[in-house]
Amino acid sequence: MQLTDLDYTSLRKRIVGREITCAQLVADYLDNIREKKPLNAFISVFEKDARQRAEEIDRKISANNAGALAGLVLGIKDLIVLSGAPTTCGSKILSNFISPYDATVIKKLAQADAVFIGKTNMDEFAMGSSSETSFSGAVKNPTATDRVAGGSSGGSAAAVAGNLCTAALGSDTGGSIRQPASFCGVVGIKPTYGRVSRFGLIAYASSLDQIGPLCKSVDDAASILNVISGYDHLDSTSANQPTEDYTTYLNRDVKGLIIGLPKEYYGAGLDPEIRQNIENRAAQLGKAGAEIVEVSLPHTEYAIAAYYIIATAEASSNLARFDGARYGVRAEKVMDLEEMYVKSRTEGFGSEVKRRIMLGTYVLSSGYYDAYYRKAQKVRTLIRQDFNNVFAQVDCLLTPIAPTTAFRLGEKIDDPLTMYLSDIYTVSCNLAGLPGIALPSGADSHGLPIGLQLLGKPFSEGKLLQVADFLEKLN
Amino acid sequence: MYYEPVIGLEVHIQLNTDTKIFCSCSTLFGAVPNSQVCPVCLGMPGSLPVLNRKVMEYAVRLSLATGCKINNTSILARKNYFYPDLPKSYQISQFEEPFAEHGELVVKIEGQPSRRIGITRIHMEEDAGKSLHAESFVGKDESLVDVNRCGVPLLEVVSDPDFRTPQEAYEYLVHLRQIVVYLGICDGNMEEGSLRCDANVSLRPIGTTTLGTKTELKNMNSFRAVEKALEYEIHRQEMILENGGVIEQQTLLWDANRNVAESMRTKEYSHDYRYFPDPDLAPISMTAGDIEQVRANIPELPEAKRERFMRQFSLPEYDAQVLTESPKVAEYFEQTALRVKDKKAASNWIMGNLLRSLKERNEHLHQLKLTPAFLAELLTLIEQGTISGSSAKEVFEECLDSGKSPTLIVEEKGLLQISDLDAIEQIVSSIIEKNPRDVQDYLNGNEKVLGFFIGQIMRATQGKANPKLVNSILRKKLALLSK
Ligand SMILES: [Zn+2]
Repeated sequence: MQLTDLDYTSLRKRIVGREITCAQLVADYLDNIREKKPLNAFISVFEKDARQRAEEIDRKISANNAGALAGLVLGIKDLIVLSGAPTTCGSKILSNFISPYDATVIKKLAQADAVFIGKTNMDEFAMGSSSETSFSGAVKNPTATDRVAGGSSGGSAAAVAGNLCTAALGSDTGGSIRQPASFCGVVGIKPTYGRVSRFGLIAYASSLDQIGPLCKSVDDAASILNVISGYDHLDSTSANQPTEDYTTYLNRDVKGLIIGLPKEYYGAGLDPEIRQNIENRAAQLGKAGAEIVEVSLPHTEYAIAAYYIIATAEASSNLARFDGARYGVRAEKVMDLEEMYVKSRTEGFGSEVKRRIMLGTYVLSSGYYDAYYRKAQKVRTLIRQDFNNVFAQVDCLLTPIAPTTAFRLGEKIDDPLTMYLSDIYTVSCNLAGLPGIALPSGADSHGLPIGLQLLGKPFSEGKLLQVADFLEKLN
Repeated sequence: MYYEPVIGLEVHIQLNTDTKIFCSCSTLFGAVPNSQVCPVCLGMPGSLPVLNRKVMEYAVRLSLATGCKINNTSILARKNYFYPDLPKSYQISQFEEPFAEHGELVVKIEGQPSRRIGITRIHMEEDAGKSLHAESFVGKDESLVDVNRCGVPLLEVVSDPDFRTPQEAYEYLVHLRQIVVYLGICDGNMEEGSLRCDANVSLRPIGTTTLGTKTELKNMNSFRAVEKALEYEIHRQEMILENGGVIEQQTLLWDANRNVAESMRTKEYSHDYRYFPDPDLAPISMTAGDIEQVRANIPELPEAKRERFMRQFSLPEYDAQVLTESPKVAEYFEQTALRVKDKKAASNWIMGNLLRSLKERNEHLHQLKLTPAFLAELLTLIEQGTISGSSAKEVFEECLDSGKSPTLIVEEKGLLQISDLDAIEQIVSSIIEKNPRDVQDYLNGNEKVLGFFIGQIMRATQGKANPKLVNSILRKKLALLSK
């Protein structure tokens, strides 16, 4: 067994017990990154900085004053900014962009003595469900390299699953943490909207985006969440809600918890193997003393439409600043201002991003606003109400994450609609601002990881971690 | 046919908060280009706006002062368009559900009945930066952008189309400026663009109520320019209509050098700004309690102050009007008046000598070495007959220059007026004795000789004798001689 196979909770014991050094750990990860370059999980690697930082932290450990995440070696999805480092968002237009400031999560993690090893690959501007739209090329699934890693945080999921780092930060707008976590067989959390500061997260859809960790265990997820969550005065949408110690929810049982299975999430289109897997897990929970009930979220069928209207509307405005005027790539040999805009954006954006900008521009246009954007907001309210009703009866929901396990590279990339529809089990969580966890749950007959999803009411991350931890330890 | 103009105004008021509307950068005017910036106002990827609470407070002040109804919730929205001085490629403004609505301002023009001008809405927004093209340091094929002004807070006040003459529009602007300066939310500085006004105007046959096609006027950098541009545009539209033409909806730019408004040469599509609620900012909620807290701290407004000055200091309306035009002058007057008996004298000195000197010296009231306390001291010296009126002017000028107290100046310059009865009587007697022929002249009925005597007496006292006393004593003594 290699050190790099271990989760942070196990590594921390060895680091604090002086069995291993952070420097050694970083060196091992760097070796793996080199060896597994074909996974294409990283866009940039901070080799020198990471080594140097690891040595600093080793000194702190010797002095017994290391932070809560000392020796955690993190990959950062390439849309979270780090001062002085490139942040490309997997795009051409930001391929030369260096951020002048740190994201709030970066500040918090650095203060807790985490080491940043590099920026992970992703769908361009987080727009995709397969990490194939990146300007840096597609990410490959470590389990089967002819398969996608999922998206948009595919690089983060592949890096963790491939032992290229201990954990990684991702962002989730419609499933972008949970689905790749599921495809790659790692744990991923999408926190409640507002739980983690978005300051320094390059926005895809501001009202849906949330940063969260991808990692090797539920323990790790709790430890990382402890550090990154909390109110931030720099983010008006961050929740002024006290934080809790999420590790206190670990190692509990599930007796008396009521767990709902939303029937709309188990309909046609769901891979029977995945259905069977989750039903088995539900039975295990039942045996352990949880009550399993079937519930209904009647507006689920409108979620995809509402999601793609709201997300693209916000994206069309969020991405307008990438115009070649101030930073990023500017088209050459332009005659006037308009040509500078048109050429820079035409050359700088990939086709999926353009498709979504056009869609979003259209739904906000005068004459169409009421029929699309305003109506989608109404649907969003109905979806939120669905969840409110259900959470009056149950503690959390157990659902699949995607209709299938990881599909083949290139299989869906030319069929955007099918790709969009595969987000059916993940987007409602974002529309309602809820927390969700992706937890590995064995493999299908091809040996591909199956993931299950737990959804809870706002700020119930603790309870979700409790159930996930219980399931994880059953294995 | 006779036409009636229908005019509406949109005024942008730049707020004098210390920091910008969505970040903590300074709003100071005139700094080195691009020195007052941060990731937020530069629109750096990943940065987020946080609303400055002071802007909310200022918006409440203006809404209350103009009788607007403040909405319980208002929405900050994105106005999307591309321009190099707009770093995010959208401006955060308000569209549906503005901050406040349905107010009014009463405009007074001398000799005419007061006019009530409706205020459609007041909303907050961020200013854009400045594009620089025709400056010496800008290359031939380039444009530069100064982002310092990006994110400076603005309140936009949109009027109903209630103006019927350019003069009404002018008076409204003057009044609105006075209010925002009084409220302490704007410095009112026109040269620095602290107030900017766009106008729209259409004509309709008198007696009809449907609105004609309107044109928009931009680029007026003074209130007089707004008045002139409106006059120009009304005349232009009148000519077209009288010749049977139709008004084309368009935006015109005022050229202050040539006194003409010219059509903006832009592409012929109307802009779709795709407004939608900014998902980075929660709706602004205003409770009755929040509003009352601001109301309690609103300074006295010009009209109330004018009426109070007339009442409290028994001033004529004209004086009260002049003194309350600016809150600083009003404050100066009040500080002076509270220290002296003769309030009207204080008013006269401030409206006359003081304001004139300020203009001549190109100084601001708050820089003045002659403080209200010193002016009051000077007025008291005059009141008590300690110095003469002509000496007072000299003391006034000296105090403006040196900042020494008037009493000290009087002593140093020996300007003390002789008010000692015995002393004056002695001097009068000696002058009468020395000039028997002139006395005879006077006794024969030549009143003019009186002036000669006074001149002699003043010369003998170097002008320091109290002229009133000199006059009465001289007459009394001469009268005694005639018996
Ligand atoms: Zn700033």
